[in-house]
Amino acid sequence: MLRDALTFQLGYNATLVTVAAVLLGIAAGVTGTFLFLRKRALVSDAIAHATLPGIGLAFIALTLSGHDGRYLPGLLAGSAITAMSGLFAVQWLSSRTRLSEDAAIGAVLSAYFSLGIVLLTIIQTMSTGQQAGLEGFLLGSTAGMLLSDAILIALGGLLVVALVFLFRRPMSLVSFDPGFASTSGVRLDRIDLTMMGLVLGVTVVGLKVVGLILIVALLIIPPVTARLWTNRVELVVILAGAFGGIAAWLGAGLSASAPDLPTGPLIVLVSFCAFAVSMAFAPRRGLLSSFVRHRRFQTGVHLRQGLLALAQGQPIYEPLTIRLLKARGLARADGVPTRKGTIRAARAFRDEKRWEVARATPELELAAARYDGLTQIEDVLTADQIVEIDRRIGPPEAVP
Amino acid sequence: MNGADFVTFSLTPLLIGSLAALACALPGNFLVLRRQALVGDAISHVVLPGIVLAFLVTGTISTWPMLLGSAASAVMAVVLIEAIRRFGRIEPGAAMGVVFTAMFAAGVLVLEKSDTSGVHLDVEHALFGNLESLIWLDATGWTSLVDPVALAGLPPELFRIGLVTVVIGLCLAAFWRPLAISTFDEGFARTLGLPVRAIGLGIVIASALAAVAAFDAVGSIIVIAMFICPPAAARLMTNRLGAQVAWSAAFALIAATLGFTLSASGPAWFGSENAVSAAGMVGTVAGMILACAALFGPART
Repeated sequence: MLRDALTFQLGYNATLVTVAAVLLGIAAGVTGTFLFLRKRALVSDAIAHATLPGIGLAFIALTLSGHDGRYLPGLLAGSAITAMSGLFAVQWLSSRTRLSEDAAIGAVLSAYFSLGIVLLTIIQTMSTGQQAGLEGFLLGSTAGMLLSDAILIALGGLLVVALVFLFRRPMSLVSFDPGFASTSGVRLDRIDLTMMGLVLGVTVVGLKVVGLILIVALLIIPPVTARLWTNRVELVVILAGAFGGIAAWLGAGLSASAPDLPTGPLIVLVSFCAFAVSMAFAPRRGLLSSFVRHRRFQTGVHLRQGLLALAQGQPIYEPLTIRLLKARGLARADGVPTRKGTIRAARAFRDEKRWEVARATPELELAAARYDGLTQIEDVLTADQIVEIDRRIGPPEAVP
Repeated sequence: MNGADFVTFSLTPLLIGSLAALACALPGNFLVLRRQALVGDAISHVVLPGIVLAFLVTGTISTWPMLLGSAASAVMAVVLIEAIRRFGRIEPGAAMGVVFTAMFAAGVLVLEKSDTSGVHLDVEHALFGNLESLIWLDATGWTSLVDPVALAGLPPELFRIGLVTVVIGLCLAAFWRPLAISTFDEGFARTLGLPVRAIGLGIVIASALAAVAAFDAVGSIIVIAMFICPPAAARLMTNRLGAQVAWSAAFALIAATLGFTLSASGPAWFGSENAVSAAGMVGTVAGMILACAALFGPART
């Protein structure tokens, strides 16, 4: 069943939903990347919740003017209008009053959502007999999606991706270094507005599939996942789009494969699984690589300090140090060095001594700044410089 | 509406709504001042999976499992956010966004798939509560307030939110000075030897407690309006912390009573029989109070 859904064999409706969802996922991933890099990820939460009163108002307006209240383009246009007013409310509150942006986001999000709920209950009482089904916009409902709806969503997704491609340079510049961007002639406010406009577009397009409460997850989770894997902005954008698209494809497929599985939460959870795997295994930022790096560093420090202690005939009490020295055949369990250990200890001690001289020599200041207790001095200084240092240290002394 | 109807249908929702608004507004003041308003957002979302989990384990909706379940999921969320922030080196806002949306989605999915028809828990209830349903069926009029038999039939949510409000109020009074100092000048608080991190965690826990207790009445999203709108409006009225907390309490009570009244009797003015969502109306009024404060508040800039 799931395989059928993923390979578009599950019938007309499920295929429509899946194609639309994948395009939406890609659009959300690439747009969200810039929002995330600009450190304003949660502004999208306010925009998303502010769509609800617009949906309600559009439905009322459509019904009162004698049209079908469920006409999707009309509802989306209405939602875009209130979402825009919500965005301006956030901007206004955080720039014109003393409230910080996070308080403005929370206030706008909850006040607009409350108003939207009031409108939904009004609609429930006015549409006697006709089921409005606007609750589907809260968590996404793909059942009974029309061909025209799917085409609208897919085209919207494509348009957003195209616009992101067009504005990718100024948007990456602004995300990384707003100060530099504005001195090099980029209009900060315009680019920010473009970025927010694209986020608004994704939100509106995604209302039907993912719902307004969880669309923010599609804008945040894939970019954060992509960020764990790479430091290059264009790769983050591409990866985020890919993660978003795959999550939407799998989520929509899962949701189509069994009854009563809401599409929005499933897409979000698939997306989160990709994040969890990346968090565990990504290079540099992943938990596994953090752990390996930590152990390697710990081992290096313990070995070095153990060897220095051996060289100076000091006893070692640290159990981990003794274990590491023993495992490498450098010392016995009672802390007495082996022959190999004595040689390595003398070498480590000489390295430490050379560093000591280097750090006391003003001309070598730059190189000496790289002293961290682990780097070998041969990796930093030239052979001539080391000869000069050795001359100042003098001949080797007998180990006591 | 006569007295008997008022006591039966309006008194308890009004009380529960007011207490919920108060319980959320008090810790909300510190969230707003510490620029942690979105912590309220995150907490109110992650309370849902906790409550759903407690329901799956115990099969009932009762106070202690709910509180424990939500506390567990709030702590889990805090740990996850911290881990993502520290190991993944992701900025806090995005880390929060990853965690609370995913946990909320999990809560919704489990709620949709489990059979909750026997109890008062479904997705829409979880999103925007059902203040109107918390009625006092045993009441016959004002005399019921002194009738022990009728009092025993009060909705249990009233005691829950009452207890939480009292606890939060007492904690606020008891820890006023350390709270104020650590909120305004964390460095100074640390030099005084105050446990700054414990105070920060305490505010998060108090908010989680308020969010759980208010969940029945207003659900997990409108509760954000109660956390943020009254304190944010109060912040625009005054520069003094004591006055701000007092303003926020007043705004919270006004929003709750005005919102409930409008939702119950407002539609009747337009000749409609059915009421609109009370929780939604309370949140809307709270937002309007904030809008007024942002336009006319004496300390708005």
